[in-house]
Amino acid sequence: MPPQYTLWISARRDSGTAWFLGGLALIVVVVPILNLVVPPSSVFHISAYGLTLVGKYLCYALLALSVDLIWGYCGILSLGQAAFFSLGGYAMGMYLMREIGPRGVYGNPVLPDFMVFLNYKSLPWFWHGFNHFGFALLMMLLAPGLLAFAFGWFAFRSRVTGVYLSIITQALTYALMLAFFRNDMGFGGNNGFTDFKDILGFDLHSEKVHVFLLLITAFALAGSYLLCRMVVSSRAGRVIRAIRDAESRTRFLGYRVESYKLWVFVLSSVLAGIAGALYVPQIGIINPSEFSPINSIEVVIWVAMGGRGTLYGAALGAILVNYAKTYFTSTIPEAWNYALGALFVLVTLFLPRGIIGLVDGRAKKRGPVAQLQAQAEQAERAKE
Amino acid sequence: MNGHDRTLYLDRLTVSFDGFKALNELTLQIDPGELRCIIGPNGAGKTTMMDVVTGKTRPDSGTARFGDKLNLLEMSEPEIAQAGIGRKFQKPTVFERLTVFENLELALAGDKSFLKTLLARRTLKQENRIFEVLEIIGLAQQHQALAGILSHGQKQWLEIGMLMMQEPELLLVDEPVAGMTPQEIERTSSLLLSLAGEHSVVVVEHDMEFVRSIAKRVTVLHEGRVIAEGNMDQVQNDPRVIEVYLGA
Amino acid sequence: MRKYFLGPGAQWLLAVLLLAMPNVVSLYAQSPSDATFLATLGDLRDASFADKDGIVDRLAQSGHPNVRTVLVALSEDRLYYRNDDMKVFLVKTAAGEETTTLDLIDPLTLKSAGPISVDNLTKIGTNNHLRRVLQTTLARYGLSSPDAAIRLDAARNIEQDLDEANVQLLRQRSAVETNSKVKAEIATGLALAALDGTDAQARLSAISTLRHSIRQDVLNKLQGLIEQSPDGSYAESDVRVRQAAASAVKSITRMRTFYGGMETLFFGLSLGSVLVLIAIGLAITFGVMGVINMAHGELMMLGAYTTYVVQVAMPNHAETSILVAIPAAFIVAGLMGILIERTIIRFLYGRPLETLLATFGVSLILQQLVRSIFSALNRSVITPSWMSGTLQVNDALSITYNRLYIVAFTLIVFVGLLAILKGTRVGLQIRAVSQNRAMAKAMGIRSEWVDAMTFGLGSGIAGVAGVALSQLTNVNPNLGQSYIIDSFMVVVFGGVGNLWGSLVGGMSMGVVNELLEPYAGAVLAKIFVLIALILFIQRRPRGLFPPTGRASEN
Repeated sequence: MPPQYTLWISARRDSGTAWFLGGLALIVVVVPILNLVVPPSSVFHISAYGLTLVGKYLCYALLALSVDLIWGYCGILSLGQAAFFSLGGYAMGMYLMREIGPRGVYGNPVLPDFMVFLNYKSLPWFWHGFNHFGFALLMMLLAPGLLAFAFGWFAFRSRVTGVYLSIITQALTYALMLAFFRNDMGFGGNNGFTDFKDILGFDLHSEKVHVFLLLITAFALAGSYLLCRMVVSSRAGRVIRAIRDAESRTRFLGYRVESYKLWVFVLSSVLAGIAGALYVPQIGIINPSEFSPINSIEVVIWVAMGGRGTLYGAALGAILVNYAKTYFTSTIPEAWNYALGALFVLVTLFLPRGIIGLVDGRAKKRGPVAQLQAQAEQAERAKE
Repeated sequence: MNGHDRTLYLDRLTVSFDGFKALNELTLQIDPGELRCIIGPNGAGKTTMMDVVTGKTRPDSGTARFGDKLNLLEMSEPEIAQAGIGRKFQKPTVFERLTVFENLELALAGDKSFLKTLLARRTLKQENRIFEVLEIIGLAQQHQALAGILSHGQKQWLEIGMLMMQEPELLLVDEPVAGMTPQEIERTSSLLLSLAGEHSVVVVEHDMEFVRSIAKRVTVLHEGRVIAEGNMDQVQNDPRVIEVYLGA
Repeated sequence: MRKYFLGPGAQWLLAVLLLAMPNVVSLYAQSPSDATFLATLGDLRDASFADKDGIVDRLAQSGHPNVRTVLVALSEDRLYYRNDDMKVFLVKTAAGEETTTLDLIDPLTLKSAGPISVDNLTKIGTNNHLRRVLQTTLARYGLSSPDAAIRLDAARNIEQDLDEANVQLLRQRSAVETNSKVKAEIATGLALAALDGTDAQARLSAISTLRHSIRQDVLNKLQGLIEQSPDGSYAESDVRVRQAAASAVKSITRMRTFYGGMETLFFGLSLGSVLVLIAIGLAITFGVMGVINMAHGELMMLGAYTTYVVQVAMPNHAETSILVAIPAAFIVAGLMGILIERTIIRFLYGRPLETLLATFGVSLILQQLVRSIFSALNRSVITPSWMSGTLQVNDALSITYNRLYIVAFTLIVFVGLLAILKGTRVGLQIRAVSQNRAMAKAMGIRSEWVDAMTFGLGSGIAGVAGVALSQLTNVNPNLGQSYIIDSFMVVVFGGVGNLWGSLVGGMSMGVVNELLEPYAGAVLAKIFVLIALILFIQRRPRGLFPPTGRASEN
């Protein structure tokens, strides 16, 4: 290989990833200490509620990752990702409901409370198997994955793109919301699932268990991040970005665009499902309002605000926006809706590359690529 | 791989759209390794001819063969591309947010399924090939640059480069120098001239200076058929050509 | 010699009698019927409900001229007796919860007998059964009323209770009845009665009369005839009659299904017309500017709230306030739309996904704004009286006026919009910009101004849709959210930017939704429609009437 060309395509120094993983490592170490070791009287103590919050933020960060994967990198604006999140959550919820066993209000060892209340005689067929964690785990992955596969196969094959696609993803999550709200679907109706007792034998009311769940979430987030990073750094990742920028050109080059989109869509939905599954035991409840279209649209704004197409930007945006939400809704709830709405408007108008874009813009001017480009421009001018 | 000695035969191709004859018994032949220029006023059928060759449009009658064995009229677009016929469109469509290098990498020949590309590692051979092309198109210095910052001319060369990554035998190039500066035009001529021989190159153009600088043989189309063929001087002095370009 | 023919005791008696004569005379001056009348009325006071039946009957038989008025009063809870002397009176108007005094009316003279406090009166009560009896009894009076409408009503009431007497009455009336509607009603009544009779031939001819009716009760009765009891025997013994009944049942059922279908169709169209109203605004903005406006629902909500505000500002003009609200809503929503366009959308030109997000933000802000000003509770908007009520075409088909007006209104708006786009200069400019912006600009059209106007027009239509919605549903800050997804569906289904597409798309979606509802319930019907749409988009990704280039309408 000609020596004067030093390629660092694959080793593009990625400070963002370093910061992200470092931050996660910090959380993994510090939060358990602040909860379990530091006494409650100290100002540094993180309460059980605080643990739940951190866990929630991490789950949302994972959800945001999944959206960044299909939107930031592949250009598919899906306004229904919360549906996959909720499906994963419901799968976990079904396992947790069965784990309650005879400890429910009605004391039925097989039927969850809401079924007794609605006069069910026996467990519906789709609930069988959820008393085994392994099966439930499989469903947490398969339920969102299969739905994404079916939906994506139809949608991408018929070349539905852009705003049309966004609208029908919205319709999908809306339809699911309506369906899950019905009391006779066997999913708890408008109350959803709650009052969980334990998971895999561990008591869900214990702070130690919540710390453990938090750690698992952090690892899941880190693992998913690395997986996504691997995908987008590979040649497939470049194809995906090419699809985002010039779909027909990519097709013309011989790539089966529909197949790529489908893979990415399914992967994204599975990640969202995992996020939902981790969310439920930490929050303690799941209900059909999780399917509502506004949830999905909010995820998009987290990603947009953080900076789409970077992965760590999406996670950052998720954490920042949700932190702001927690803060506002506890102090001035009315203002939150204004703030969120304004956020949508301002980010799209003034921050098209998100916060990361702000940071990155300044760095890029001094980086190696810029230098090379400057060299190239100089050479051109010299010739004239 | 494909042999480098196939001739493109177009015989009495007729294409009509709603009664309008875009191609009217067009007959022409491109020899292997040739660099041919096709000129003619707008509406003469140049683009339609290329559409037929690449499989985008099917003619009403006539034959189109590539070499002895390939009947282009029975092949699909991807099949024709695989067979070694590549086309560069008028408007450069490179991937603006990928680097020059990455653009060329995308165009590499080979298995393009998701799993393969996910797990693919760039081989030395592939890297060398990319650099080869970079040298030919003159963008080696800019291989790190995002394609979006390239000048119009550079984008055109990048696209030619991407075309070459697919190792075509016959290149159809549609108006390559439209919008280029004189320096860029010069470079484009040398580029295309260097490609001829190993590849057959068909260039459709309007810019007569440019055509003169590269063409050995020129074919003039008018109203869907060939009205003159020869070298530049012959063609420019042909009374039929003068009539078509200048008047009545 | 015997000179006196009455002994002293008899003389004394006679004297007493003579002295008492005036009272007796006055009693008798009331005529014997009046006395019985009052006495019977008095009986009503303490009678049990079962006895009251009989008393009402006696009153009816008595033939006293005031019987009808009194019975009407009784049925309307306007018959009382005075506590001190137990005399029965009517009162002028029925007592409400807060009435303190009532105006008495003497039952004999029917003249006012002065006001009295409610506490001095006790009502003579009725129950449902008694009311029904009263209804039928009164119906007999109704049959001879000069007003055809009353006669019709009376005939209908009598059908509830077809005893011998009533049937006789009907027959008598039928002979002299001139009004065709009333005659037909009487004939139906007689036919229904004949079905219970013994003469098979009579039953047969009754069925041939009844087969033209579409009424549910007629259908039930005929079905009863062909019903088979568990032991295999039929309610109706005669085979010919059974066959006639079966065929009549078939034909009536067919007609009922037809009219029922018409009703479903009408409901579907009215639901669809709401969707159309909402969607055409979207279709314009998307077609011309490529903007999907997620705040469209909130602009509708603004229109609905404008209707409310106009109503509150014009408290005595409930009938006309809605007519004022229409232009008001158009202006309010239109101005808001122009504001949104000028401050946000024009900076995002060419980036439809970003505009989608930004307008979603606007929708959140608008919702919160309305919530802060008007509170999150429902606001009620009154339907003017000329829009209320139902048109009962027949037993199987009833059309509510408000929906009818909304369908008509939608068509007017649609035609108006077409006229604007096709006939005005603004419309021409809008179409030019949507087809070829660069060319339009080159010809001197100020494309930014056109953008603002287009967005304003689309938003104004949304506001007007909100006026229509205020008549159909609750007005609250979430109004927009409930309809926005449906309106997107219509636009996507009908073809973006295409007015005719929105019309056809909206109407058909409304009809399909209505068709599915009785089978699947409202929620499932919606889900089916959504899924069907998703699948439809697979086959025709650009909708029913795909845009050619970027044309905004047909």
